[in-house]
Amino acid sequence: MSTRPLSPHLGIYRFAYTMAMSILHRATGLVLSMGLLLLIAFLAALAGGRDSYARFTAFGGSWAARGLFALLIAAFLYHLANGVRHLLWDAGIGLERPAARRSWKIVVAVVLAGSVLLCWLLLRGGHA
Amino acid sequence: MSDVAQALTKVLGRGSAHEGAHHWRAQRLTAIALLLLGTWFVIALARLPDYGYTAVHAWASGLWNATLLALFTAAACWHSLLGVQVVIEDYVRGWLRPAALVVSAFIHVLLGVGGVLAVVRLALGS
Repeated sequence: MSTRPLSPHLGIYRFAYTMAMSILHRATGLVLSMGLLLLIAFLAALAGGRDSYARFTAFGGSWAARGLFALLIAAFLYHLANGVRHLLWDAGIGLERPAARRSWKIVVAVVLAGSVLLCWLLLRGGHA
Repeated sequence: MSDVAQALTKVLGRGSAHEGAHHWRAQRLTAIALLLLGTWFVIALARLPDYGYTAVHAWASGLWNATLLALFTAAACWHSLLGVQVVIEDYVRGWLRPAALVVSAFIHVLLGVGGVLAVVRLALGS
């Protein structure tokens, strides 16, 4: 069973940007899976009342946590934007090489601009 | 092959369990749901006046917001379960694979149920 070639065939292809995109989609997906822990901790702390929420925000206000949030924001945007690409491909749209190159640039633009915008909006602690 | 052995090979991922299309479809369905719910969640967070208990609690305990929060949590856990499953199936070999799949499933269900119950508790005003 282990002697037959198994997908994914990581060793036999010349490296291309599409591979980096694909691997990054998985990597950001895993990062967001870890982020789920934070989301559930946030909801549980909020549901637990004022004291438990205060303990959560005491952690959330630290610079280490802000760095983590920034990473999650970038991962969220990449996975979301590249996920739209995957959904369009599933529908047979944008599979040709020029279209895929164009959509790749859109993903990068969304991640860069969106990360700056969302970090500014979310990490300053509300708009009041 | 006996029925039990056949069922076991399916569980171990050594043959078609005739559920490939279901996994594929559920992954896409939750992806579309999360595209909408995730966008809503981020915009909603950005629109909060501050992240103090009073403001966040008032926002999360509204019926409409609690509904979307519960759906977001459930869809995120489901989508994560399906995605992590694929990663495990691709990169984990041997007996570690079924073990990792079981652990991942348990953690995801734990997080999903815990998260949704937290939102229900918020909405019912504990």
